[in-house]
Amino acid sequence: MNQYDNVMPHQAVKSAVSVNKVIKNTYLLLSATLIFSAVMAAVSMVLKVPPLMHLLSLGGAIVLMWFVLPKTADSATGLWVVFGITGLMGFGLGPILSMYASLPKGPEIIATAFGGTGVIFLGLSGYALTTRKDFSFMGGFLMAGLILAIVASLANIFLAMPALSLAVSAVVMLVMSGFILYDTSRMIHDPSANYIMMTVSLYLSIYNLFLSLLQILGILGGDE
Amino acid sequence: MDWMKIGTAILLIMMLVYLIPRAKIMMQQTRKAEPGEWMGVVLPLAAVAGFVALLVMII
Repeated sequence: MNQYDNVMPHQAVKSAVSVNKVIKNTYLLLSATLIFSAVMAAVSMVLKVPPLMHLLSLGGAIVLMWFVLPKTADSATGLWVVFGITGLMGFGLGPILSMYASLPKGPEIIATAFGGTGVIFLGLSGYALTTRKDFSFMGGFLMAGLILAIVASLANIFLAMPALSLAVSAVVMLVMSGFILYDTSRMIHDPSANYIMMTVSLYLSIYNLFLSLLQILGILGGDE
Repeated sequence: MDWMKIGTAILLIMMLVYLIPRAKIMMQQTRKAEPGEWMGVVLPLAAVAGFVALLVMII
């Protein structure tokens, strides 16, 4: 019995330290990648890259994410891959930001979307970290929502309906908010959580949240 | 139809091809929510929706 008394608290402490390490490493890497991504977006805006670059950068980032990251996430090489993904995605953001910046209220819309994304992310992360609730039950629901949003986006390429575009942005925003809760709770409750994968997952949620908020504000707020 | 639309459509179809099998597995393996757990999600998401509505009014 004495043996268990000694071992169990030790394991609990070890587990708590491991969880804290994943959370700390994830937020450190996430901060660095967000800054790097913003720098790449600024470079892309200064260089005035064409809109097609958005798609090419996104395509490159997806290839890295699907085929390279899973093989390198457990090694130091994974860090370079994460910076490759976020750098490409940031660079691809340039043409979109340039387009919004040219609108009458463009700079205001961009600044509001940027600040709003920060507030939403910090609020949701803070909620998940302080309540320590397990949101693992949301996984299937969030994936279904994401697929629904992709199908609707695909349909809207041909339909070109502003109302559908707005609805898709609203759904994406809620789904990404759900993913922030889901991923933050995974860092606490999933012992196999890898900080490199968690960083990419949270980065994608923030990126999509920012884009959908930008679109919502652009459609509803910039028409005066 | 311009190249941007064609490229976007290809990218979205690629995402669907990649995500659908993973989504099926995830939906099968995800645990069921216990009573009251969804309330813990609905409240923060409602707060997000309210905050965005506020941002739209400010702009």
